Amino acid sequence: MAEEKIYLYPVWLRIWHGINALLIIFLIATGISMQYANPEYPFIRFDLAVSIHNICGVLLAINYVIFLPSNLATSNRRYYVDGLKNIGPRMMRMMRYYLTEQPKKKPSPFPVTKENKFNPLQAMTYSIVMVIFLPLVITTGLALLFPETIAKEVFGYSGLFLTALLHSAIGFLISIFLIVHIYVCTTGKKITDNFKGIITGYHTNH
Amino acid sequence: MECHLPEITHNSHMKIYIGGLMVITLTLFFNFPIHSQEVVIMDNEPAYFEDNKHCFQCHGQRFYTYENEFTGRIERKAMNPNLIYDADEFYSGVHRHFSCTDCHSPDYEIYPHDTELRFEEMFSCLDCHGGDPTWKRYNFELIDDEFHKSIHSPDHIEAFNCWSCHDPHSYRLKTRSNFSTREIVTYHNNTCKTCHDNPDRFQLISEELKPSLEQIHDFLPNFNLHFNAVRCIECHTEPEETMWVAHNILPKEMAVRNCVECHSTNSRLMSSLYKYQSLENRRERGFFNAIILNDAYVIGANRNHFLNVASLVILGLVLLAMIGHIILRIIK
Repeated sequence: MAEEKIYLYPVWLRIWHGINALLIIFLIATGISMQYANPEYPFIRFDLAVSIHNICGVLLAINYVIFLPSNLATSNRRYYVDGLKNIGPRMMRMMRYYLTEQPKKKPSPFPVTKENKFNPLQAMTYSIVMVIFLPLVITTGLALLFPETIAKEVFGYSGLFLTALLHSAIGFLISIFLIVHIYVCTTGKKITDNFKGIITGYHTNH
Repeated sequence: MECHLPEITHNSHMKIYIGGLMVITLTLFFNFPIHSQEVVIMDNEPAYFEDNKHCFQCHGQRFYTYENEFTGRIERKAMNPNLIYDADEFYSGVHRHFSCTDCHSPDYEIYPHDTELRFEEMFSCLDCHGGDPTWKRYNFELIDDEFHKSIHSPDHIEAFNCWSCHDPHSYRLKTRSNFSTREIVTYHNNTCKTCHDNPDRFQLISEELKPSLEQIHDFLPNFNLHFNAVRCIECHTEPEETMWVAHNILPKEMAVRNCVECHSTNSRLMSSLYKYQSLENRRERGFFNAIILNDAYVIGANRNHFLNVASLVILGLVLLAMIGHIILRIIK
């Protein structure tokens, strides 16, 4: 079967994605280092980890603010909107494909096209990450940066504590997403195909 | 110049003994543990309320009036701000049952005061509290030892004494009472700020011009957050096992600057600010240093055991799924 190259990732999206990826990796590394700080086994020096985490957090917030209007102004939004149509059965179909068909190198039931960049599982997880996780982690992170803005008490619990707990929980879920996201990217024809695609802008269908 | 301690000391000792005896008797009668009772009874009428009114009439006000015997006129004068004492503060403090002349010369009852009285030697804490079993649990002798080891000791600063930090006219037992941690922090830090954030007071004992507290602590990511949540002594003293409040103030070069000393599960806050609470409740709802959570969230110190396990399980399952998928991809 002949290779087909589709231009899926415009320059702005690739730059945004690259910045996002780097920032999230730095945020996860410094976040883990702070959360599991140990004077005997320092991973990243605490004060350095705090500074890096704060700077990367603010940059991630700016990057997210850039992403929103860019996504709305371009056709990129349709991948999220269309990808979520009739999502339940389509997601189940895609899971079955990942578990039983993909290892046998069978073709995807939702091949990548100019119109459908995301398969249903991707559309769902990316939507959750972009619409729920990132706004939550950014909002709680900014609140922790300015703790005087946090309510002192919420339902009998310290507002600061709940904010910090939510921030680390979402941070953890984003870490899990990152691990799965990177792994799924290795499932192209060649392990490196999808990584090349997000750098060059072209997705290769085999 | 010859200074003397007024004989009234014995009276105050007598009152303290009687007060202490009453508390012990009541405690035994009601079968309350002794450590839950304070030696000073705080909710009754101060013993010398009426007598002290005479002093507070002038020293409790910004302005006072007196009759000038030479001119026969009533004069209105501004009180020296260093000599103004709030009566409410005094009666909320631990010395509330004292008469002013228990500690000050009875000659102060005469106005105008004799100018030589201002040179009277003040008592130190140990003059009343030292070697007395009533006050044993407050560790006055140990506090004195620690103070003499500290950078505040008279070896370093000649004029420094207990009163430089603790005003006997308003001193309260904050750490052992039902005050919130925030209140304790504010109270203790205000004690330090009285000199360290006040150039006029600071220069009474040093010719150094010091930068602001915020400039000195510019290495902290959020100075105000730290300053409102922990006491200065958390980083500037060596915690002492048997004392609630460490008094060995270290030279600035020895102050804690390593964040993880607090921001880790083995947080030093648990042996200082949260020492009292930590003895009562070491671990709650799976949180390390859970007691801190009532007042603050200290990154690194407030991990949750159950969440740690849950996150490891989730991570493990994800990795297992990925390994399973890789195996399927390999064997096709």
